[in-house]
Amino acid sequence: MNETALILARMQFAANITFHILFPTITIALGWILFYFRMRFKATRDESWEEAYYFWTKVFALTFALGVVSGITMSFQFGTNWPGFMEKAGNIAGPLLGYEVLTAFFLEATFLGVMLFGRGRVSERTHLIATFLVAFGTTMSAFWIISLNSWMQTPVGFEIVNGKIMATDWLAIVFNPSFPYRFTHMMLGSGLTASFVVAGVSAWQVLKKVDSKATHRALKTALFAAAFLIPIQILVGDLQGSNTLKYQPAKIAAIEGVWNTEKGAPIVLFGWPDKETKSNLYSIEIPKIASLILTHDLNGEVKGLNEFEGKHPPVAPVFWAFRIMVGTGMAMLAVSWLGVFLLRKRTVNTLPRMYLKGLAVMTFAGWVATVAGWYVTEIGRQPYIIYGVLTAAETASKHASAMIGLTLTAYVALYLFLLISYVFVVKSLSEKATRGQPPKLPTAPARKAASVVGAAGD
Amino acid sequence: MDTVLPLIFMAVMGLAMLLYVILDGYDLGVGILLPFAPEEHKDMMVASIGPFWDANETWLVLGVGIMLVAFPAAHSLVLSELYLPVAVMLLGLMVRGVSFDFRTKANDKHKPRWNNAFTLGSLVTGMSQGWMLGAYVSGFRDDWWTWAFNGAIALTVPAAYVVLGAGWLIMKAEGELHDRAIVWARKAILPFMFGIAAVSIATPLISETIFNKWFQLPGLFALLPIPLITVAAFATLWHVTGKKSIIDAGYGWVVFAATVLILILATLGLAYSIYPYVVIDRLNVWEAASATSSLLILLVGLLITLPAIIGYTIFAYRIFWGKATELTYGS
Repeated sequence: MNETALILARMQFAANITFHILFPTITIALGWILFYFRMRFKATRDESWEEAYYFWTKVFALTFALGVVSGITMSFQFGTNWPGFMEKAGNIAGPLLGYEVLTAFFLEATFLGVMLFGRGRVSERTHLIATFLVAFGTTMSAFWIISLNSWMQTPVGFEIVNGKIMATDWLAIVFNPSFPYRFTHMMLGSGLTASFVVAGVSAWQVLKKVDSKATHRALKTALFAAAFLIPIQILVGDLQGSNTLKYQPAKIAAIEGVWNTEKGAPIVLFGWPDKETKSNLYSIEIPKIASLILTHDLNGEVKGLNEFEGKHPPVAPVFWAFRIMVGTGMAMLAVSWLGVFLLRKRTVNTLPRMYLKGLAVMTFAGWVATVAGWYVTEIGRQPYIIYGVLTAAETASKHASAMIGLTLTAYVALYLFLLISYVFVVKSLSEKATRGQPPKLPTAPARKAASVVGAAGD
Repeated sequence: MDTVLPLIFMAVMGLAMLLYVILDGYDLGVGILLPFAPEEHKDMMVASIGPFWDANETWLVLGVGIMLVAFPAAHSLVLSELYLPVAVMLLGLMVRGVSFDFRTKANDKHKPRWNNAFTLGSLVTGMSQGWMLGAYVSGFRDDWWTWAFNGAIALTVPAAYVVLGAGWLIMKAEGELHDRAIVWARKAILPFMFGIAAVSIATPLISETIFNKWFQLPGLFALLPIPLITVAAFATLWHVTGKKSIIDAGYGWVVFAATVLILILATLGLAYSIYPYVVIDRLNVWEAASATSSLLILLVGLLITLPAIIGYTIFAYRIFWGKATELTYGS
């Protein structure tokens, strides 16, 4: 295997998966937020809830489209970039991906059509159910893909026959040891990401004076959701850390920058992990805290990278990505709690402008944390693609570097363009006067045609 | 079980691919036709496919998904051979999918640009799919003749999509747009027919295996209905699009239906040609298949979910039955 081609193939897959996760991480939770807006409208008949629903439906549709198209790319790249992975692990990865398509993709895509265009053609109840099914579909999708990813991190329930991985226990595979932590962590991550998007865009609308009662409702909902979710996320993150220590100690060693096994390991707040000297340069440390966090004992033993010679991930990216994730999480904690505190005595309109600006800056904070978190877990698994079973190098394709380089360039150029377009379109959409208007009702003949279905849906 | 399961999955994969071609075919066709319509019709054209395109595209994911799951060896082989056209198609699909949403949500002055991107994405997707079909049928050979063949099919598939898209618009649109769609359909019939004929003639010439399967008595007589009905369907297409009176009498759906019939027959013909191979003369269904246990677990899922998927897909189509209206939610 040619070294350059492997690196390029990895860069290509990393670029794609990084681009992709940005969108589902918003839509998974935004779907539930939409469902909440819809329920609130149903309960209160207050039109501002409906306005919030329709504005955020548009953002949802846009985000969903980007998630779908980049997701399709991924389903092909499993084959084009890692043919060896599917040949060896296809018996496991295949059914899990298959179930994702069958139980999630069709459901969300079909009912999204009903949710977006069905107003006036279906009853209010059918429309509410469609909204629910879209949210449910995105969550199911996350369930299966996280299950596969977790299995690749903590593989169980299989045997190897003639070099191929065969499933022996499907329940163990789906609910593998790291799955519950990883799934919860991702769901909460999505909740926080979507909350900060809603809060940030709403804050922007207030600053631009294009806000309405719907904006205020959305902002409040999002801030309270964020303030509620962030402490749970910190707790779940800690639990996932303990789980990782048990199953992937090399990853933890890289995260903490522990080069040599030691008792009472210090926590390295900052530093420069240097692979030449195998130490952290310019580091700021607090004694014994790493041992306390990981083993819940001040003098607990933490295994160092020296125990995994040649089988541990590159240290610096994992070390840094982890600190970026945690740092962003702390900023989220501070901002959301401050917001809830301020809202005790103020309305959204009278929030300090500085605070609203802060929220607007934090709009895509969830992206930073999510991507950094995924880098920790994915780079932290290297050199393996399936932890302890199969290395990435063994599964790569044999395409010429030039070809991979060419397509990589094309993908990255398009991704950057789409990402910039997305941010600008969300911004311009949020400033449009018609943003929260419900869609026009269909004209009489169309209604007649639809009335049969509407009645059936009641 | 070991013999039958791979065949079942082959059939489901074929069905998914066929449904993809028909369903996403019409919305790609509408995308390709967009620049030929005057400004005031464009929103209506896009609205007619609005509620469906996303789910339509999912059939491709299912088709490739089943290949990945049931025939991992074929998945690796085919996608490695088609590395470049797959990448081009993916770029096309991405541009098409996002333009759909961007065109109404972006700043109004950027709308024409997103319209162009929508068309470009649709065209590039159709062309690369045509190229892949050509390369697949010709067994991934690398010579000038094969490339010319692939190139010809790369032009044919968009033509097929245009006929489908125009047929869709005949059903969904009224007035001027409806009349324009009839003209569009008629113009694309000949290239579409040429393409179907080219694949039908070239396939047996390229592979001796396929030649022997078709041109053998008495089997040939049993197979004759496939080409004969295809010819009849083309004749119907030509006749109907030439006589507005027939369409005005309420038979506009015939254009779409005849095109679908041709595509079904073409798929059957192709399936007969390649059976039992997944990759012609290189890899057969059983060599490529996954472990029986993995296929079984997926079969259970398929049996439960596929009827449900088909059920709610029909439900969604019924909701938006009849002529399209200005379906807007994003302006």
